[in-house]
Amino acid sequence: MDGTGHRIAALTAREAGLVGCRHCTRVSPIGTQTCPRCGGSLESRDRTSMQRVWAWWIVGLMAYIPANLYPMLLTRTVGQVTDATIVGGVIELAHHGAYGVAAIVFFASVIIPVGKFIAIAYLAVIVRRPHGHKPSQLLHLYEVVEWIGRWSMIDVFVVAILAALVQFNLLATINPGVAAVCFALSVVFTMLAAISFDSRRIWDQIRRTSDESPA
Amino acid sequence: MTPSDDLVCCPVCDTLHEIHGVEEGKRLRCVRCNTVIAVDRPEAIVRIVVLATTSLVLMFIVIFFPFLELRNGVFDSRASVFETAMTFNRGVMAPLAIAVTLFVIVLPVTRLVSFVWALGPLSFDRPPLPGAAFALRLAETLRPWAMAEIFMIGVAVALVKLGDLATLAMGPAFWSFAAIVFITALQDTQLSKYSIWTALDTASQR
Repeated sequence: MDGTGHRIAALTAREAGLVGCRHCTRVSPIGTQTCPRCGGSLESRDRTSMQRVWAWWIVGLMAYIPANLYPMLLTRTVGQVTDATIVGGVIELAHHGAYGVAAIVFFASVIIPVGKFIAIAYLAVIVRRPHGHKPSQLLHLYEVVEWIGRWSMIDVFVVAILAALVQFNLLATINPGVAAVCFALSVVFTMLAAISFDSRRIWDQIRRTSDESPA
Repeated sequence: MTPSDDLVCCPVCDTLHEIHGVEEGKRLRCVRCNTVIAVDRPEAIVRIVVLATTSLVLMFIVIFFPFLELRNGVFDSRASVFETAMTFNRGVMAPLAIAVTLFVIVLPVTRLVSFVWALGPLSFDRPPLPGAAFALRLAETLRPWAMAEIFMIGVAVALVKLGDLATLAMGPAFWSFAAIVFITALQDTQLSKYSIWTALDTASQR
């Protein structure tokens, strides 16, 4: 072991027979259940991680489908009821000439969720077997997915604000549609899927492959 | 190997590092994944407590004062965050009411209170309160679920959507909310798990 300097080159806590705490960075002997410093639960590698990722991913997708099919917003003006789906709302914004805002909403409610489903599935499939990807790139992908997921909530909040403001009995009322609930659930489930993913796995497989074929 | 106080693992990739103090103002990054592990800013704790307290005060304004006002010759309406959360409190939409209340009010406030509880006494050189470790872990876990800043963008989008229906005016809560978003972003740059937990350790041994 070349632990002479300030760091020990790429030796993991697991390989050193230790378990690291992800909450407070302290290390304990392997087999310790709770961290002595912060009381968080310890696990060298989260064994149920992949099952949880896929479970949340699937329910997330199940909620995302009705979120796109049913109306998000029900507008009632002088007896007339119009409804708008997620994509319909974006098109309406673009018709008003608000292209910038339309782009933000489109990005937050279509591009991010769809991109997230693809990215999480890709990560979950690829870390299971030896792969030739640079781990730092995979980590970047994971961090982007984890960070950006919550921004999909924009549309749900917009619906909430509009419904709170526009309640003028006969003249005009705005109410949330079923899709608002489905979409909110979908965002929560995919966030949970991203959080369940154990980022330490990204490096483990790399180690194994480079051990097998020394380059 | 035996665990010691100098031995630290990267929370993202599990690489071990030996830390013998950090030079003032320097950041220590993981050799493998480049995650910031330790930041030495002695004033960071005080700064976090001050920022969290400020946000808490502003939060009161945000929750109960109107943040948007809708005016038109015929009708007039205003909404506070509290009212927004309460609009869905019936029928099928009840889950939405709960979600909005949690993400915009309950979780951000819980997170701020946890920070003040865990780190407040430290900034006055006092031993930490009971449950400080739990509070700190809670604040960290809640981080992705506190969505005040996303709500702000939602307000902006709503402004555009209603633009041609009526005149809109921003209430006092809107500006407080903008300030909170800015403060939270500032606060999160001060965070480093290793440094905060080490500070908490040192304080409880005193």
